Amino acid sequence: MSETTTTTPSTDGATRGQQLSALWQDYPLIRHLVTAAIGLAVVIVVLTAVDDFQATKLTEMAYIAIAAGGLTLLTGLNGQISLGHGALMAFGAYTTALLYDDREVGTPLVVVVLASVLVTVLVGILIGIAAARLHGPYLAGATLTLAIAVPEIGKYFDQLGGDQGLRLFVPEIPQWATDIAYYLTGSDPSRSKYVAFLAWVTLIVVFILLANLASSRIGRRWAAVRDDEVAAELAGIDLTRARVSAFVVSAAAAGAAGAMFALAQRTVGPLGFSLNLSLTLLAIVVLGGLGSLTGAILLSGVLVFLPQIVMDLGSGADLDATRASQMATLTFGLVMVLVILLAPRGLMGGVRALGLRLRAARAGRRTPPATGGSSSSGAAPSPTTDPASPSSTAETAEPDDGSTPITTKKGTS
Amino acid sequence: MSSIEPSSSSTTDVAEIDLRDITVRFGGLTALDSVGLRVAPRRVHGVIGPNGAGKTTLFNVACGFVQPSSGSIHLRGAARARLRPHELAGLGIARTLQGLGLFDHLTVLQNVVVGADRHARSGFLRALFGSPGSSRDERALRDRAMSTLSDLGVAEYAGRYPGSLPYPVRKRVALARALVSEPDLLLLDEPASGLSSDEIDELGQLIRSLSESMGVLLVEHHMDLVMKVCDEITVLDFGKVIAHGTPDEVRSDPAVLDAYLGESSEETS
Ligand SMILES: Nc1ncnc2c1ncn2[C@@H]1O[C@H](COP(=O)(O)OP(=O)(O)OP(=O)(O)O)[C@@H](O)[C@H]1O
Ligand SMILES: [Mg+2]
Repeated sequence: MSETTTTTPSTDGATRGQQLSALWQDYPLIRHLVTAAIGLAVVIVVLTAVDDFQATKLTEMAYIAIAAGGLTLLTGLNGQISLGHGALMAFGAYTTALLYDDREVGTPLVVVVLASVLVTVLVGILIGIAAARLHGPYLAGATLTLAIAVPEIGKYFDQLGGDQGLRLFVPEIPQWATDIAYYLTGSDPSRSKYVAFLAWVTLIVVFILLANLASSRIGRRWAAVRDDEVAAELAGIDLTRARVSAFVVSAAAAGAAGAMFALAQRTVGPLGFSLNLSLTLLAIVVLGGLGSLTGAILLSGVLVFLPQIVMDLGSGADLDATRASQMATLTFGLVMVLVILLAPRGLMGGVRALGLRLRAARAGRRTPPATGGSSSSGAAPSPTTDPASPSSTAETAEPDDGSTPITTKKGTS
Repeated sequence: MSSIEPSSSSTTDVAEIDLRDITVRFGGLTALDSVGLRVAPRRVHGVIGPNGAGKTTLFNVACGFVQPSSGSIHLRGAARARLRPHELAGLGIARTLQGLGLFDHLTVLQNVVVGADRHARSGFLRALFGSPGSSRDERALRDRAMSTLSDLGVAEYAGRYPGSLPYPVRKRVALARALVSEPDLLLLDEPASGLSSDEIDELGQLIRSLSESMGVLLVEHHMDLVMKVCDEITVLDFGKVIAHGTPDEVRSDPAVLDAYLGESSEETS
């Protein structure tokens, strides 16, 4: 317990790459502008290259990824499960539909999207607080209820269009967008490409914000609560606030996704937000590698494009359309099973593990084994308590500090 | 059943924490029976007692995890009607857990940064937009955490995950997480368990040096350590204070020998 080691991380070993990444970390504005510019460029290039049908698919991928991105923070970072993110999207989608119920409405898109996010945030706050009052996996229960109730509410109210749902009018493509598109591609942009562009711009903005939160103090607090409640509380973290804020942030993303859904589908009805959608989002998050935003985007792409690829292959092999679509479902199921078998920590977890292994192999014998006091520690068995088992998880870590307080709190107060 | 007056120096200062007449009942069981305990600033106060005596329960009361059925808690002279665990850090109280409770999926550095959270200034919006202020804040927290880690001699593990580290290193990381908040009062729950005797000696020196800047409340079964580092000791048995005083006074108290020392000698050897 003395000043034995050096305080400063050795600078002599620091490469230019490390300096660059430090710069990257410390100047968020540059980071954001560069990320946004690259993302935007890729989106524009891709959208000019694809046809309208592919553009529609890309829009679908974008709004699914946006919702999955929010859910990634909630489930991956904060360890809470929502079975109702599809239903949360409905609040954003219906808000957008209600605000664009007439051809003459001139409300700017940004305002409509923000309003959709706001409405969903309010719903998120209500549900989050209600679920946080009860301890345990009540969020899963509350959101499951939501997933089941929302389509029924949509059907019931005539103001919401009942079974048919609401039609909405996507605002005209603004002149500047037409001009830019014409300048870049030599032709007028189609509606579906315009909507795809909007959806991907929204995705870029949402993901930059989500990534900021994940790497900030806020994200760290969420992760601390997920890993060990008692220790997190002792570090000054209010569990309820952490949980509710994580849920509200994920709801906000679902609201934005819902707005994009509405613009893409141009009809918003109860059928679009089934429990199936919510479960699909959760599957994307789990398969993408809990907590990985990149994984959420990639898996959304797989979900949207895989059936089509399989169908194309299928019809090439003389399958009729019904058979081909069955094959597509089967293939998605197979992909799920494969990811679970080959990379239990999800797609990005697998990629990361591979990267670590490669780096370890390259570092080779240079890596010092964790010495510390391991040789001396083994000789001293603890006198009274089991020294927390090496595989200590959040549940088993506190045999008498963690489990007792939670039960006693309820028993005595 | 000698009730010894609190030693003179502790009465001059306002106590960091003052637990008065604390009674805790679990159903029919009285885990704590009118227990009083005060920790003066920059003093090391030990709590010992046989298994099931109520030591952990006392800690849990001090941290707000357990609400006492009667009694009062005073922090720096102010009565606290209802303590909530997450408020402690802000009040300058840190605690290490017996089971360590490290965040397994955060690096060692991040674990300690969580402990420094009460020194963070940037809020939600700054974090959301990744403002320069929030990254400056982050850097300050990281530096603070790094220097605490190197004070405890475990800076080299900053980038590792706790699960892969030897137990004594993990214990130091947990301690670093508590110390990085710069508390006025530190609650240590069996800090010596699982350590070799050399490491326990080091721990003893560390606790003494910590007591230059903070009060320490120590629950520990390792008698040598307790006797060496504590300014005063409270002995619990079946939820009651059976003795209180300096290590020498406690050591020679017949009630203590009777209730505790005989039983625990086989555990601590
Ligand atoms: N949540 C609870 N519900 C019921 N009884 C409890 C609870 N927590 C503790 N007890 C009981 O209260 C008594 C005091 O327990 P406590 O854990 O405080 O003892 P301790 O002094 O820490 O013992 P040890 O040295 O074994 O850790 C014990 O009899 C214990 O069984
Ligand atoms: Mg105990």
